[in-house]
Amino acid sequence: MIVAKGLNKSFDGFVAVDEISFNVKEGEIFGFLGPNGAGKTTTMNMIQCISPKTSGTLEVMGMDVNTHQREIKKFLGVVPQENNLDPDLTVYENLLAYSRYFNIPREIAEKRIDELLNFVQLTGKRDTLIEPLSGGMKRRLVLIRALINKPKILILDEPTVGLDPQARHLIWEKIKSLRSRGVTIVLTTHYLEEAARLCDRLVIMDYGKILAEGSPSEIVREYIGTDIVETENDPSVIACLKRHAARFETLEDTVQIYTENPQEITYQLLKECPSRPITARQASLEDVFLKLTGKKLRE
Amino acid sequence: MSYFKFPELTALVWKVWLRNRDVFMKTYRVNFLPPLIEPLLYLFALGFGLGTYIETMDGIPYPRFIAPALISISIMNSAFFECTFGSYVRMYYQKTFNAIIATPVSIEEVITGELLWGATKSLINATIMLPVLAAFKLIELPHALLIIPFAFIAGFLFASIGMCFTAISPNISTLNYPTFLFITPMFLFSGTFFPLKLLPEPLQYLALTALPLTHVVSITRALTLAKTSNLLIFNLTWILTISLILFILSVNLMKKRLIT
Repeated sequence: MIVAKGLNKSFDGFVAVDEISFNVKEGEIFGFLGPNGAGKTTTMNMIQCISPKTSGTLEVMGMDVNTHQREIKKFLGVVPQENNLDPDLTVYENLLAYSRYFNIPREIAEKRIDELLNFVQLTGKRDTLIEPLSGGMKRRLVLIRALINKPKILILDEPTVGLDPQARHLIWEKIKSLRSRGVTIVLTTHYLEEAARLCDRLVIMDYGKILAEGSPSEIVREYIGTDIVETENDPSVIACLKRHAARFETLEDTVQIYTENPQEITYQLLKECPSRPITARQASLEDVFLKLTGKKLRE
Repeated sequence: MSYFKFPELTALVWKVWLRNRDVFMKTYRVNFLPPLIEPLLYLFALGFGLGTYIETMDGIPYPRFIAPALISISIMNSAFFECTFGSYVRMYYQKTFNAIIATPVSIEEVITGELLWGATKSLINATIMLPVLAAFKLIELPHALLIIPFAFIAGFLFASIGMCFTAISPNISTLNYPTFLFITPMFLFSGTFFPLKLLPEPLQYLALTALPLTHVVSITRALTLAKTSNLLIFNLTWILTISLILFILSVNLMKKRLIT
């Protein structure tokens, strides 16, 4: 559905997206992960034809994003990072105004709006202005606004940012139910749990480049292994790990050992460097993320 | 990117116009009041207050002299403020433009819809003023009715001027510069409250080249007094030409600002 090859975007000499390639298949949920400033939103903006690419190819449903904006946008639904609902209009009027931008006839739009409000449990807020809605309600409304044209591709830029766990779970449910209806979904997030739960495939980006690509479990296996054993950062521990040729990384005062066999390495550590706290756990996407992008704070 | 590329437009422009109309109609009671009350205030203060000492201006009873100026000022203010502060709030604070361009509507169409809406506000306000002024027998009917379509044309000019400033304004408070450096001088020196010919000759030419309101007042005055002047064709040509240039420029400037 979306194919990028050597895609580039620069602003006044600053390279925001640097020669990336990816291929989003029909009907899947494809995620873009990365720290702030990694180039995720820039990539989304190019896909939704509001920021022209600098070079390379980017085709959405076989059409070039720099020349077929209007045709592509007809098939897209977009949930932007920032809620840009129209504060001058009510919930219903927001949806109706949006349907007009897609040239959807009034009767069809009215019917669809009722269905969509029902889909995200907002029927009771139909005639409310935007301001008094809770954060979760606003996000649900932005989601159904993106569905008004029955999009083939849905773009979600940080769909659950700032929501409480209840609201987040509801959005996740809705996203999954859209996939089961055959909608192709592209999302960006820095909630790694969200990516692990929702994405069929994902890429991890940083400094405009793609660092890893695959399904969440493939990526974890490839970069970390299945499990992580953590203990104190101490010369005797390091010496022990080196003796056993373990794969490990030292953080400030802890050591993380990447392993397929946590029992084995835990047993060795207990035997050779006793009386230290040791914890073993399953490796997660977060471990890969921090390993690839580092722990330094981003602007 | 060129500043003078003619925008490609479709009928979706009207969907943007419709959004603004819907918002306007939600609060129409408040929106219809200023154009009713404002001319009355000016008429009492200038026409009947000052007018006690100035009986005629240029051979015309003073209230009748300023009536077309009041309409012209309203045409200027409605479109200019709609497409400066109004558009700026929609663009920057409400992110309305961003929301719209995620649909098949292009940025060129959003801006054109905003300009047409600005022009529509001029038409609405001028139309509301006409019966008020007619009630005081200050305008000649039916000639003055031609002000209704003319208000749209002149409104489009001021909308385009406003949109150019909106496109280059770094923040909302810098929009005050064009307001007091451009709109206020126009309000005073465009043949509004005294005839242009009282100005020193170089200033008269300056007003005719740089103060668009001069041309608007000249036409509305001809219409309210039902008196033609040989300047009218020049006035109208000036308005249409400058409108076209600034329309294209404002769309391209906004595109440059919003599409990166």
